[in-house]
Amino acid sequence: MSILIDETTNVIVQGITGRDGSFHAGQMIEYGTNIVGGVTPGKGGLHEHGKPVFNSVKEAKDSVGADASVIYVPAKFAKGAVQEAIDAEIPLIICITEGVPVNDMVSLYHQVKAKGLTLIGPNCPGLISPGKSKIGIMPGSICTPGKVGVISRSGTLTYEIVYALTSMGIGQSTCVGIGGDPIVGSNFRDILAHFEADPDTEAVVLIGEIGGDEEEKTAAYIKDHVSTPCFAYIVGASAPEGRTMGHAGAIVSGNAGTAASKQAAFRDAGVPVAATLDEMAELVSKSFA
Amino acid sequence: MNIHEYQSKSLFQGAEIPVPEGRLALSVDEAVAAWAELQAPLVAVKAQVHIGGRGKAGGVKLARSEDEVREAAEAILGMDIKGHTVHRLWIEKGSDIAREAYLSVILDRTDKSIGFIASSEGGMDIEEVAESTPDKILRFGSNDYTFPEEEAAKAASELFGGEGVAGALDIMRKLFQLFLDKDLQLAEINPLVLTGDGNVIALDGKITIDDNALMRQPDLVDLRDLNEDNPAEIEAKEKGLAFIQLDGDIGCMVNGAGLAMATLDMIKLHGGDPANFLDVGGSSNPEKVVNAFRYILSEGRVKAVLINIFGGITRCDDIAKGILKAFETMEITVPVVVRLAGTNAEEGKALLQGSKLIPASTFSEAVKKTISLGKGEDA
Repeated sequence: MSILIDETTNVIVQGITGRDGSFHAGQMIEYGTNIVGGVTPGKGGLHEHGKPVFNSVKEAKDSVGADASVIYVPAKFAKGAVQEAIDAEIPLIICITEGVPVNDMVSLYHQVKAKGLTLIGPNCPGLISPGKSKIGIMPGSICTPGKVGVISRSGTLTYEIVYALTSMGIGQSTCVGIGGDPIVGSNFRDILAHFEADPDTEAVVLIGEIGGDEEEKTAAYIKDHVSTPCFAYIVGASAPEGRTMGHAGAIVSGNAGTAASKQAAFRDAGVPVAATLDEMAELVSKSFA
Repeated sequence: MNIHEYQSKSLFQGAEIPVPEGRLALSVDEAVAAWAELQAPLVAVKAQVHIGGRGKAGGVKLARSEDEVREAAEAILGMDIKGHTVHRLWIEKGSDIAREAYLSVILDRTDKSIGFIASSEGGMDIEEVAESTPDKILRFGSNDYTFPEEEAAKAASELFGGEGVAGALDIMRKLFQLFLDKDLQLAEINPLVLTGDGNVIALDGKITIDDNALMRQPDLVDLRDLNEDNPAEIEAKEKGLAFIQLDGDIGCMVNGAGLAMATLDMIKLHGGDPANFLDVGGSSNPEKVVNAFRYILSEGRVKAVLINIFGGITRCDDIAKGILKAFETMEITVPVVVRLAGTNAEEGKALLQGSKLIPASTFSEAVKKTISLGKGEDA
C-alpha cells in the first residue's frame, strides 16, 4: 500500500503551460500519474500534453474532477494559486514553488487545517508512491515499490536516500518531501501519522535539518504515538551559526535548532540516528535482514 | 535581510509610530552638525551595526555638549563590535524615560502565526527575560492577518503598570500593520518607552525583512548595507544562487539546500574544509553554472571543486552544458570533480565525456576524490 496518493489519484497541474510545469507534467504522465488537466489563467481551452487547460481550479475540478492539485507557478503567484485550490476544496494540494514570501503561508496554513484538506510544501519536491503515482518533481526512475516510508525537508536529500535504498534492494511505500520553508503545510508528524496507519509501511526514514524545533517535536511524538520503526538523519551539523543555509528554515541561532539537539532528541526517543546517508541505508537494510 | 536601527525608525515613522528625532552621521563632523541641528540638551550617539549588545560594547554614548558629541563619535566610528565595523552613527535627541517595556511582532513558525511578544521588562535581552522570568512575557498572535484587538488591549494595559495604555495599543496596531505591509519577519522595539509626560515612543528598532518578499518590496531593497553583507553573496542571490562564503579550500556547487548542507557535512567528515555553500537552485539554466564557478573561484583559495548534482527539477544536461561553457569562457586551473545523478543524468554524463572533468559515480566517492585532489594527491 501507500499513503496519500496511488494509481487512482486524479491530478491537475496549476501552471501547466510554464517551463517547469509543462516539463514535469510530461514527466508525471510518463510515470503513470493520472494527470487529468491543467490550469493557467487566460489559457483555458488550450491543451498541454493532450490534457485540457482551464482558466481556474474550480473550472478544472468541475469538468474533469481532481483529488489533488500540484502547483508550479512563480513565487509571487503561489499564494493566489494555493488559495484557489483551497477554495475549490481540492483534498490534497502540493506546492512545489520555492521562494514564497513566508507571511503568505500563515492564513493558507490555517485555512487548510480548518477545511480538513492536506497541503504539502511550499518549496518541496512533492511525493511519490513508487509504481503507482508521482506528484511533483522527484525523478521516478530511482524509486522502487516497497515497504519503507520516507519523509524529508529536503528534495535532493530525498533522492539521495531513495537512490541508496533502491540500490540495496529496499523499496519504498511513499516518499514525501515536506519542504524547507519556516511554514509548510504538513510537518513530519502529520505524515508520520499516515505511515503509522498504513499496514504495509514497515519502517520510516526521516531526513531532518537544522533550524526550528520540528525534529524535536517529532521525536517526542514518536515516543508516544508511533510503533513503526523510525530512522533519522539530520543535515547541517557543519553549518555556521546565524547563517541561513539556503532553506529559509535552516538556521542555527544560539543553541536553538542545532543538529546535535535534534540528534539527541531522536536518540532519546529510541530512534537510531545515522551520521551519513550511506549509514542510513545500511541501518534500514540491517533492520530488514 | 536585516536593516539598521535608523532605517527601522524611518519605517516606524512612515507607519506613524513615534520615535525620537535624530540624524544620520557618517563622520565626526556630521555628528557635530547633527548635534547643532537637533538643539537638544542631551543626545545619544549610537553605533549602527547589524548586531545586538551595542550598549555593552560601548557603541552607545550620551553627550551633553559639542565636545562630548565629538569625543563619542570619534570613539565609536570605526569601532569593532563582535566583528562588525561601525561606519554609521545615529545621533538622537535624548528622551525622558519613565518606564521601559518590550514589544515585538514576529513570524511565529511554531504556531504558524503573526505573533506578538510583549513584556514589562524592557531594555533587556528578551531571551534572558524568557529564561529567568517567563511569567513576565506575554504572547499572542493572529492566524488570519487581523489585529488581535482583545489580547493586545490586555497586554497594553500591563506593559507600563496601567499607564500609557492608549499609546501602547496604538503602537501595537501600527507595528502589526507595518509587519504585514512590508513583509517583515521581525519588528522589535526594545525598549518601548513611557516618557515623563506620558507619551509612548520607540526608543530602539530592529527589523528583519523576508528575503523572499523583496521581489514585491523594491523600496526596501535599497536599505541593504553592503558593509554588513558579503557583496558576492548578494550578487549571487540576484542571479538565483544561494551562496555563502566559508573559510576552507574545497569549493562546492550543489543543487538543493539539503544536499548542499550534506555535502559540507560530508567534506568535514572526511577531513576536508569547505570554501563555500552554494545551491544552484531548481530549474538551472547553463548560465547559472557559469556564474556559480565565478563566485566559487573568486577568493582564489579554492584548491579543488566538487560539483554534486542530484537532478529533480534540475536537469543534469543543463548543468553539464553550463560546466562546459564555464570551461570555455573561464580559466579554470583547479581539478573539478563531477557527480551527476537523477533527471537526465546519462545525457549530462555523455556531454562531459572527453572533457578534463573528473567523473565520480557516488556522493562519497566524489567527496573523497575532491579532498585528495585538493591536497595535490592522486585521486
